[in-house]
Amino acid sequence: MTKLNLDQHQIQEARSLAAAIADDTQRFVDAHTTVTVERTICRLFGIDGVNEDEVPLPNVLIDHLVEKNALAGGISYYLANAMLVSGQTPQELAEAVSRGETDLTTFPAQPQAEVEELLNQMAQEAAATIRANRKIRTDRLAQYGDKTGPLLYVIVATGNIYEDITQAKAAARQGADVIAVIRTTGQSLLDYVPYGATTEGFGGTMATQENFRLMRAALDEVGDELGRYIRLCNYCSGLCMPEIAAMGALERLDVMLNDALYGILFRDINMKRTIVDQYFSRMINGYAGVIINTGEDNYLTTADAYEEAHTVLASQFINEQFALKAGLPEEQMGLGHAFEMDPDMPNAFLFEIAQAQMAREIFPKAPLKYMPPTKFKTGDIFRAQVQDALFNIITVLTHQRIHLLGMLTEAIHTPFMSDRAISLDNASYIARTMRDLGDEITFKDGGLVQARAQHVLSDALGILSEIAGIGLFETLEQGKFAGIKRSPQRGKGLDGVVQKDHTYLNPFIEIFMEGERA
Amino acid sequence: MSQAMKNLVSPYGDTLNDGKVQLSFTLPVPNDERGMEAAKVLAKQMGLREPLVTAHITLDKEFTFYIVYGSVSYQVNLDDIQVEVVQNEVMTMDETDDFIRSRIGRKVVVIGASTGTDAHTVGIDAIMNMKGYAGHYGLERYEMIEAHNLGSQVTNQEFIEAAIELKADVLLVSQTVTQKDVHVTNMTELVELLEAANLRHQVLLVAGGARISNELAKEIGFDAGFGPGRYADDVATYVVNELVDREMI
Repeated sequence: MTKLNLDQHQIQEARSLAAAIADDTQRFVDAHTTVTVERTICRLFGIDGVNEDEVPLPNVLIDHLVEKNALAGGISYYLANAMLVSGQTPQELAEAVSRGETDLTTFPAQPQAEVEELLNQMAQEAAATIRANRKIRTDRLAQYGDKTGPLLYVIVATGNIYEDITQAKAAARQGADVIAVIRTTGQSLLDYVPYGATTEGFGGTMATQENFRLMRAALDEVGDELGRYIRLCNYCSGLCMPEIAAMGALERLDVMLNDALYGILFRDINMKRTIVDQYFSRMINGYAGVIINTGEDNYLTTADAYEEAHTVLASQFINEQFALKAGLPEEQMGLGHAFEMDPDMPNAFLFEIAQAQMAREIFPKAPLKYMPPTKFKTGDIFRAQVQDALFNIITVLTHQRIHLLGMLTEAIHTPFMSDRAISLDNASYIARTMRDLGDEITFKDGGLVQARAQHVLSDALGILSEIAGIGLFETLEQGKFAGIKRSPQRGKGLDGVVQKDHTYLNPFIEIFMEGERA
Repeated sequence: MSQAMKNLVSPYGDTLNDGKVQLSFTLPVPNDERGMEAAKVLAKQMGLREPLVTAHITLDKEFTFYIVYGSVSYQVNLDDIQVEVVQNEVMTMDETDDFIRSRIGRKVVVIGASTGTDAHTVGIDAIMNMKGYAGHYGLERYEMIEAHNLGSQVTNQEFIEAAIELKADVLLVSQTVTQKDVHVTNMTELVELLEAANLRHQVLLVAGGARISNELAKEIGFDAGFGPGRYADDVATYVVNELVDREMI
């Protein structure tokens, strides 16, 4: 199936370097927890709702532990211990803490074996809920059959969940397979997840559990009408990565953006914080059967897509290893890349083919996420339509899976209903009429396409050896990705990272890593 | 003045003054005869003569997309048009560097950011990054400009602190998200904060973005605004000339 004749030894070497990089970073991850990881555990134990100041109860509990200087032991122990003494549920305890009536750290210590048994039982219950959701997805996909070829992915971004639903249903009827609800600008920097259905947002809609639930129900409804399963996507990134993963697992989201490197580079989130958060969020996504999408495509919105193509591949290798460490299988790795080369560059289309085909061959099982042109869209909608058509051709030709549709009005506004329809029409037309074109094509030995792919692979290997030599944190400090420099001591969310003490417990890790999934 | 003396223009399809335009829009109606007629009536209300609905496409049960051609009945007198353009003569990077050397005699400090909650860096990167955009080198490449790109989601307060710390001559503000006029609120706040800190007249304040015009920027209290199709050399030419004109050196 190889068309590029890539050097297989280089691929193996790149993979083992990426594994070494991930191993090195994982030592830091294993030794630490964060406020949002602990809040995620609260959510998985069923704690939900807000207090009279609109502060989510998971935040109330974890702030309480931080105040008592007890976060290093983790919330799990304190909750279970308090439950054994008081007979209250996690929700009741959270409400009592919120009213200032209870201090979780002052309950007399119960036998460790009883605490751990209770925790295991509660975690098993949460895991069973997630597995039940997974089964609903599997059953629905079995009932309707899953689509082969690219999944057409469009965004809705009105700011109002009810308006989003109108747009999402229309898009599904026009042929969309994946609906992503873009988050409101700035949500990634909130150190809490807002509560309830929301109707106000800028450039997107708040990710809340209620909004997830509303959109899920709407997509199931339109899916039943159409006899298809419509996938729902949101953003498991920013300062609440694992909490959003948990919400998604509970509300049956199917696809989640999930990439620490993206947050570090583009949201200036502290690298220590987000790498720890990413681990637990990927574990949840893996267990829930959610396809993650990684954000390499974003590098190319700032760095040059031709010159920096190898950093995309290097990052894909690293993301693959981080995902494997969290128990997320290859079939759920939506590794990202993008069609962002300068339209003025001769043969840019050939180089885009080389990049896309290379990703396909190096990550054969991954449902690759392919992002459309955005950077060189200027408001000329007529040229934009051609750019998108070229992009759509490569998707089909190289068997990309998550096909994020370009919009002819990119750089003008968040898509109109008609923009989305035009784009879906364009992609469906090409996917239909060129369906098997990829299987008919081989590339000339040593020609432009093969040579370009091999060149990018070699360069990626080069940068991976450099990174393996200095570690991921130092690499980010030197600005090797996207030309952006970040320090481990700066960025948002660092104060939410603590070193675990020897008593630390998180009952989910074992279940999510080793438990049964079907 | 007679009609002929006036400098009148109308859209050009394939014949002078035929007034031909194309438009497209969605109506929240089913795709049927009544919907098509509604599209036609709407086009007439917009001043189109002989509107022709060339396509009517179902988007959903209650939504239909129309493509309409017609001729506008209006003409525009070019002599009545007044626009304020930031400047006409754009200097190259080398010319700007030479200008700074001879007229200012030291490096010009420019800081830029996508401020407020705006997470988009495409605009500020296009102006500032070494590589630039569409063949126009960014300010980082200018020998006589010390350029600091602070990235995205920089609060106005942080931006001002950076301006003081770096002794900035020029502040570039990029705004991409403009839904519900969030950019206007954010830019206005920056102007107010600068005034409160007594810094407003010590810096050149320049805005940029796909929905930014010079007119809008000035109305908010900026010195200039650069919209689509303007590049680093446009911005550089403006700021160095303005710094000299205002004797801010």
